[in-house]
Amino acid sequence: MVEMRDMSVSFGGVHAVKDVSIDLHPGEILGLVGGNGAGKSTLIKTLSGAQKADSGEIFINGEPVTITSPRDAKTHGIETIYQTLALAENIDAPGNMFLGREMITRWGTLDDSSMETAARTVMGRLNPQFQNFKVPVASLSGGQRQSVAIAKAVQFNARILIMDEPTAALGPAETEQVRQLMRQLKSEGLGIILISHDIHDVFDLADRISVMLQGKLVGTVNKNDVTMDEVLAMIIIGKLPDEVTTKELEQLHG
Amino acid sequence: MSVVETSPTRLEIPEPSQRRSFGSFLRDNEIDTRMVGMIAVLLAIWVVFHFLSGGTFLTPRNLWNLSVQTSAIAIMATGMVLVIVSRNIDLSVGSMVGTVGMVMAVLQTEWLPPVVGTGNSWIWVITLVVGVILGALIGAFQGSIVAYVGVPSFVVTLGGLLVWRGFAWLTASGRTIAPMDATFQLLGGGSEGSLGEVGSWIVGGVACAGIVALMVNGRRKRRRFGFRLRPMWLDVALGVFGCVVVLGAVWVMNSYYLPENLAAQYAEEHNIPIPDGGLQIPLGIPYPVLILVGVTLAMGFIANRLRFGRYIFSIGGNPEAAVLAGIKTKRTIVKTFMTMGILVAISAAVSIARLNAAVSGLGTLQELYVIAAAVIGGAALSGGIGTIPGAIIGALVMQSLQSGMVLIGVGAPLQDVALGVVLVMAVAIDTIYRRRAATR
Repeated sequence: MVEMRDMSVSFGGVHAVKDVSIDLHPGEILGLVGGNGAGKSTLIKTLSGAQKADSGEIFINGEPVTITSPRDAKTHGIETIYQTLALAENIDAPGNMFLGREMITRWGTLDDSSMETAARTVMGRLNPQFQNFKVPVASLSGGQRQSVAIAKAVQFNARILIMDEPTAALGPAETEQVRQLMRQLKSEGLGIILISHDIHDVFDLADRISVMLQGKLVGTVNKNDVTMDEVLAMIIIGKLPDEVTTKELEQLHG
Repeated sequence: MSVVETSPTRLEIPEPSQRRSFGSFLRDNEIDTRMVGMIAVLLAIWVVFHFLSGGTFLTPRNLWNLSVQTSAIAIMATGMVLVIVSRNIDLSVGSMVGTVGMVMAVLQTEWLPPVVGTGNSWIWVITLVVGVILGALIGAFQGSIVAYVGVPSFVVTLGGLLVWRGFAWLTASGRTIAPMDATFQLLGGGSEGSLGEVGSWIVGGVACAGIVALMVNGRRKRRRFGFRLRPMWLDVALGVFGCVVVLGAVWVMNSYYLPENLAAQYAEEHNIPIPDGGLQIPLGIPYPVLILVGVTLAMGFIANRLRFGRYIFSIGGNPEAAVLAGIKTKRTIVKTFMTMGILVAISAAVSIARLNAAVSGLGTLQELYVIAAAVIGGAALSGGIGTIPGAIIGALVMQSLQSGMVLIGVGAPLQDVALGVVLVMAVAIDTIYRRRAATR
């Protein structure tokens, strides 16, 4: 569904991303992992329109596309849930869901009632207990805010969802809720790119895992073909499962 | 989905019955508690000054004058709210009033008459239009430097404060321009610049009908969408309260009569016999107040019902989120400052009309009062928060304090001290209140 070929991004003289190729199939969750500074966020920003790539091509459903802004990405059905959630604290849930894409009445004014109704419908699917549609999102808990961010993606019929550290700031119950959501969306045929530093999360949810180290792609593996340690080895040492020795694997755990 | 939420989320626990207070009642029914508090404070100030001044504060004459004096600042405060909400500030408004005011003054007294003929009835229209365009251009210019060059608005408008004050002097080489065009003068209120009795009642009636229509429409819309309705008695009470306030204000305006000699003059001109007790001609709503009401409605509409307003709030709440949502933030900032400029022009027109003169010092220090009004009205300098009606009440609070102090004979320096103290106290109380509300 999505193919990113030989993507490169440099800042000054530093190669944040160098010749990385990943792809995503419908109905699958691709885990994108790597240590700090590996380049995962930068790579994904080229897909979400928040960053321009210096070179490389992006294909969606086989067609080459150019993505130069967040709006471009959204037109292609790509929705992103940023690590910082990118929510306006002073605006309520429906306002945030429709930010930049508000529903308008025929006189050109904001159609708050329709937006609230749409928000209630979507949230009803994702998080039926959520009722706080009129308060600023600043008063919501981490899990509720995450569901607002996800609802935004669902409302606009995302086919490709990028989730950058979705459970980083959540407690165990809320994390489980997000995981359920992701499984549900996957079963609806969405492709999800999941960036996470939590190897357990990735192993629980992802079908395939792409590992980056210092801007380069170490490799992409099927979750069922590898162990967590082998993936850790890819993240930390940069060696593929068939290259790494047992001794090195043991050393990972200090 | 059947995931049970085991970790309690803040607003999902039903409030225990002891916690139900007046405050939570207001919040549940979407009534702004802060606004209610502010109105209460304003009324308290009025009552206190009424007693301290021996009963001269709450008189039609004083309230009429108070409303005119508040207008110039309040008009600009509505725009300042949006500037502050967008995480910017505009320190140059006072100086802009100077430049735009002087230009309008010179235009109507020296530049236009030779071209269109003295006393031409279009002079005031042309002047106003030119003034508004000039204000918009200056605002857009400053806004562009902020948005596209990236200079902080504090610095840009600080520069503007100096630059436009200089231009105000340069426009007429420091001369005082007076008097204004006869029709233009009416914009400033005064004995002829008001609606009169009938006109004021009509406006009051229309306003009342508007309030009722809004309430009815609001209820109908909520019912149609299946949202929770406010209790009927509350909606009715609010509607009645609104109408009482509006009609009460009109009644006060209509209780302020023309001074006797002017009334006598009017009677002569219109062949009305003067009864024994003297002729009482009510002044009615002054034009500056009418202009303020129009501006308030327009700005309220922009802030709440247009995308432009929503985008300003989102830029203030989270500039990064606004950019990621595809909002054209730079353009929005320019338009915000341009709106401020337009309001500056309107305010300047009202001021020079009221003073019937323009001096190069016009508007000096007004930026401080405008910002104070917006801030007392609830605008937070950190951005994202602020209301238009709040700014009006903020302006009223400040002007009431000032006029009250004059009535009881407090000298100007002490007035400044008091205003400054009140400003800081208002924001301090607000900060503490917000902090407590956030941690509850």
